Amino acid sequence: MIAWLLFWPVLIPILTAALCLIFWTRPDVQRTLSLLGTAVLAAGILALFREVWTGGIVSVQAGDWPAPFGITFVADTLSVTMAALTALIGLGVAVYALGDIGHVRESNGFHPLFQALLAGVGGAFMTGDIFNMYVWFEVMVIASFGLITLGGEREQIDGGVKYVLLNLIATTLLLMAIGLLYGATGTLNLADLAQVVPGHPDQGLLTAIAALFLLAFAMKAAVFPLYFWLPASYHTPAAAISAVFAALLTKVGVYALIRVFSLVFTPTHEFTYAVLLVAGIATMLVGVLGAIAQDDVRRVLSFNLVSGIGFILIGVGLGTALGLAGALYYTVHHIIVMSALFMVAGVAQRLAGAPGLNDLGGLYLKHPWIALLFFFVAMSLAGVPPLSGFWPKVILVKAALATDAYIVAAAALVTGLLTLYSMAKVWALAFWKAQPDHVVAAAGPGILETGEMSRGEQRLTLLPVAVLALATLLIGLYAQPLLTLSERAADELINHQPYISTVLGGEGA
Amino acid sequence: MNSVILHTATRILTSLILMFSIYILYRGHNEPGGGFIGGLIAASGIILYSVAFGSSWARHGLRVSGLSVAGAGLFFAALSGVLSGIQGQPFLTGLWYFPKLGIEAKVALSTPLLFDIGVYLVVVGALTTIALELEEARD
Amino acid sequence: MESILAIAVGILVACAVFLILARDLIRIMLGVSILSNAANLLIFTSGRVTRDAPPIVPENVAVPEGVIANPLPQALILTAIVIGFSLLAFALVLSYRAFATMRTVDVDAMRLAEPPYPGQQVPSGAAGRQADRDPARLPEVAE
Repeated sequence: MIAWLLFWPVLIPILTAALCLIFWTRPDVQRTLSLLGTAVLAAGILALFREVWTGGIVSVQAGDWPAPFGITFVADTLSVTMAALTALIGLGVAVYALGDIGHVRESNGFHPLFQALLAGVGGAFMTGDIFNMYVWFEVMVIASFGLITLGGEREQIDGGVKYVLLNLIATTLLLMAIGLLYGATGTLNLADLAQVVPGHPDQGLLTAIAALFLLAFAMKAAVFPLYFWLPASYHTPAAAISAVFAALLTKVGVYALIRVFSLVFTPTHEFTYAVLLVAGIATMLVGVLGAIAQDDVRRVLSFNLVSGIGFILIGVGLGTALGLAGALYYTVHHIIVMSALFMVAGVAQRLAGAPGLNDLGGLYLKHPWIALLFFFVAMSLAGVPPLSGFWPKVILVKAALATDAYIVAAAALVTGLLTLYSMAKVWALAFWKAQPDHVVAAAGPGILETGEMSRGEQRLTLLPVAVLALATLLIGLYAQPLLTLSERAADELINHQPYISTVLGGEGA
Repeated sequence: MNSVILHTATRILTSLILMFSIYILYRGHNEPGGGFIGGLIAASGIILYSVAFGSSWARHGLRVSGLSVAGAGLFFAALSGVLSGIQGQPFLTGLWYFPKLGIEAKVALSTPLLFDIGVYLVVVGALTTIALELEEARD
Repeated sequence: MESILAIAVGILVACAVFLILARDLIRIMLGVSILSNAANLLIFTSGRVTRDAPPIVPENVAVPEGVIANPLPQALILTAIVIGFSLLAFALVLSYRAFATMRTVDVDAMRLAEPPYPGQQVPSGAAGRQADRDPARLPEVAE
């Protein structure tokens, strides 16, 4: 049974997508299927999570082809945590989409594309084969192409061009890196690569290949200086779609980076880790400075998303178990908070009928609950205790100080402060200040009371935000379980011998 | 297209092409052929029909939307992997079954065949959808 | 033979990079398509080029006799070709839509989703929300 649960993150979304396609002309049926599918997905992954937590790493060979020849699926603490978050966010977005996505996008295939996206993300997390990881990346990418242009508004086309081009180039670079690695080592299985690469005679070639992998994953993860496609496109699609993008897509790039550079390219640590630290610091600072400069709320959030990737990178780049644990804790926090922020910003923009900070305002007066939810989640992102953003930043700064990396610690603290400023600015301008006169003059005073959303739509969209806000409070107040989880995942990444022997059987030890 | 020769020939050719595509699909496991190429052949048959009689008649003949056909194919392909689980084997393990029909010919039913049927339907569905959309966009 | 193919991959990548660095969307698309072909050729070369028997197992034998060519790169390339082709098809349709929407193929002038640079002149179809609201930021362009 456990062997079956390993395929759950792929199989269930694919079956749901197939059923949604069969009922192409019936959006109402698709809606039910989508909800049901994500619920079943979440239940199965939670069961898998329990198995891995009690029993350790598990792996299974698809089609009974022995590793390293067949395709392996592996569940260790990191991958199963990421898969569980995928299912959680998937369920949240599926509920949110009921009130947000609209009839046009629904009848043009939102549900099958969304499920295909979840399948791609889940597959990338579970696979233990680098070429198979490329294939899941592509499943995810092509579904995201469909989603980002779904609806075909003018801005979406423009954002879509940039998103599509940069992702096309990134996946092609990844394919080239994989081809070169295969040429150098003759294997594609990650566990097998972990055995072959350290003893390889031509380490210079492998460092070059590692740099190519770093480039490809950094493009996917929106790392400075390759991040500019993200704020150009993430604010254009429907709020539900940008919420799932913000939560998961860049994290897949980060996950792949962590996986490949902890398992395969261990001898090149010094080079890649120095690059990661510098890129991390630059990503953090540039992201948050960009966020301060922007006007559109979701563009502010996009830049904050980039900034968060920087936090994860410095944790990885420090190279210590504590740093890695902090990075993983931050990843969990960031997935939850970012999707919640994009969701509530989408609601605010629809209620006010305007995207920019200049035109928003007065929301606190008319919709205090929405304003409070945003405030709550925004403070969590900024790292105000006792919310969940506080602990990973403490761990990361502690890890930086422990390795005498004072510049890293200082950059993290400055970024934290600037994040607080940028979130406070959004709250003050979009929610707290009075409704601007030019908006009232243009649309009449009643605009905020009705907006474009019915009461039912508001409830459906705010329910997942409230649940995610509760989650960020809970993992902030009870930080220890998640910290234990992050430390265990970090330990598995650094001492990866059990991973190798689980995949390759007895001969791996 | 309004041509008597094309109309008359298409009626025979479409059915021949569809039958040939199923033959190609079935022989595909050990010999050249398979779901992908079979699906292409079947789609070309449907496209020929829509060229001869117009896309609305082709849609009428298909009865269901092309995307539903593709969805059914995806479902079959995923199902072929699930079936091995009922026997306790890992996902996507090939299962083979040789029913005895009491005749000379040997018939092989297998989950790879089911997977191939899935691929066949996906290709037919997707290509038909694209071709019919293009056909209508031209008008 | 491998070295000739490797040089060919290098030339293809160089062409692709040159084209991708252009501002014209169509040139970028051509560059990306050349880049994906270069990747396919690279995988083919990494699998080593041999003149041995094709990787076909004769009937009634479980394991082929003697040395055979490496079949794995073919499978990888086939996967990559199908994926690359579909992505490129999508990208081409999107470029067409972008041209139809914004009336330009100059990627620098596409500023619908982002505010234009200060003082930048943008074709009227490609100007964004910011420009709609604040005419001072965007000088009028004669059609």
